[in-house]
Amino acid sequence: MPVIEVENLQRRYRARTGIRRRAAPEVEAVRGINFEVERGELFGLLGPNGAGKTTTIKMLITLLLPSGGSARILGYDLVRDAQEIRKRVGYVFGGDRGLYERLSALDNLRYFSELYSVPAREQKKRIAELIELVGLTGREGERVEGYSRGMRQRLHIARGLLHRPEVLFLDEPSIGIDPVGARELRLTVARLVEQGTTVLLTTHYMFEADELCNRIAVIADGRIVAQGTPSELKKGVVSGRVVEIEVFGDAEASLKGLRALSGVISVSVEERGQAQLVVVRVDVGAEVTSAILTHLGGLRLGRVATREPTLEDAYVELVSGA
Amino acid sequence: MSVPRLIGLGWWLQMKMRSRSAFDGALSIIYPMFFATSVFFIYRQGASSSALVAAAVGASVMGVWSAVATTAATSLQGERRQGTLELLVASPTPLPLIVVPITLSMAAIGLYSLVATLLWGRFAFGIKVSLLHPLAFAVACVVTALSVSVLGFVLAVTAVRYRSAWALGTALELPIWLICGFLVPLSILPHWVRPLSWLIPTTWGVSAVKRAALGGMPWRDIAICLVVAAVYAAIGTLLAGRLVDSARTNATLSLI
Repeated sequence: MPVIEVENLQRRYRARTGIRRRAAPEVEAVRGINFEVERGELFGLLGPNGAGKTTTIKMLITLLLPSGGSARILGYDLVRDAQEIRKRVGYVFGGDRGLYERLSALDNLRYFSELYSVPAREQKKRIAELIELVGLTGREGERVEGYSRGMRQRLHIARGLLHRPEVLFLDEPSIGIDPVGARELRLTVARLVEQGTTVLLTTHYMFEADELCNRIAVIADGRIVAQGTPSELKKGVVSGRVVEIEVFGDAEASLKGLRALSGVISVSVEERGQAQLVVVRVDVGAEVTSAILTHLGGLRLGRVATREPTLEDAYVELVSGA
Repeated sequence: MSVPRLIGLGWWLQMKMRSRSAFDGALSIIYPMFFATSVFFIYRQGASSSALVAAAVGASVMGVWSAVATTAATSLQGERRQGTLELLVASPTPLPLIVVPITLSMAAIGLYSLVATLLWGRFAFGIKVSLLHPLAFAVACVVTALSVSVLGFVLAVTAVRYRSAWALGTALELPIWLICGFLVPLSILPHWVRPLSWLIPTTWGVSAVKRAALGGMPWRDIAICLVVAAVYAAIGTLLAGRLVDSARTNATLSLI
């Protein structure tokens, strides 16, 4: 039986506008999504800002009531059995908030241990284990207000694991932390999955999803636009090769011509400081590099590279098409 | 879950957090003195000694109420601001058990305020509170502080749903002084106000402390205060469940 079953889950918000003549237009944040997560799986929910990732997680941890559809966590219904779900799931979100600044890490963890009914005789040992796991040994007695963002994030992880949750929801946990911290975090998450914890992770970072997730659902504008393993997503959406050309000057004018070239599937431009990176997706076997360079001939060109499509290419393709 | 343990730890951590702000701490110590000094100066002009004692008691309970009313809802708003409110609601512990230690910590500060005001009156203004029945007086003080914390509990619970609920505590601060008879006897208030007063546990608490301070037996007032406070606690507990559900429906838990 899947640990997480989501069926046509929907959530609408009422947005307030105006002071005197108040209107309350409805915003559909999640528009009927479906997915399942098996025990011990690390499932990624990937999408741009405002796609509905956090709303989905907040419904699954019972902080928001769905506007429609249903979901079951460990067999418990999201609406009817909220209390049972809360006992069994952990929630960690990214950023600076969510901790008692004037208390030490130890006091924060002691308090949440009580809230999650960790037996008194186990608390000390469990907290010490987690402090060690997240690398805060020696700093646990200091007030959180003096912690760096990375330390706070690690404390968040420890808090979320206090009651040994069967399912862990990680909402952009690596946001704002340095590359070393992010790598340690990924290792911690991978270890948890090895130990049997089911994890649902939301992230913006493609490499993170690619490295960690068994399966990924790409969500855009409240809908799941693709679902599968990272390699399935790459294959299913992006075939062929990617040619990247660094351009100095206005590349926009040349894009129409590039798109018309035979063998070109799509063209996009990314700003890279003073330069622009023209990303051209081409069919397998199409020899169009020289034609592309000819089209961009009026511009000063920098680095030209050809590579295999990445998950990021698949993601951009899926999200732009949504 | 061990409820006493949770409440005890929650209370201790709340006290720890409050004690770590030197400004808050100093304000909590000094604030009651301002109430007391103003009241003593006003009542000293021609009032009888029993009226002065009643004023001293009234001023002391004013301190308790101010410590709780203005901070109860604000403290939950603080949880919202620092992003812990969602984590508290997402935990399996029922919300009332989370809010109780917060209001109890304020009641403890309020209790200090009560004692400090009476001592200030005694040593700075020579107002002697007769303690013919010290046990009755002590029980009346504790029950009054508890009754105020129950009102604070109800106010705090509303903050879970409504971001602006902190303003309710501030708005109620002065009317409660009047309605509960902190400084003026209820008998001089319009008739229609009295039933309102009787519905507030603190009215009975103040009455109990005043009676005990003047040498009487306050047990009847204490009993009524406890019963009315229990009704408020029950209302607050029921309200907490409803308001959390409403906050989950309207997505207001994360709004700052």
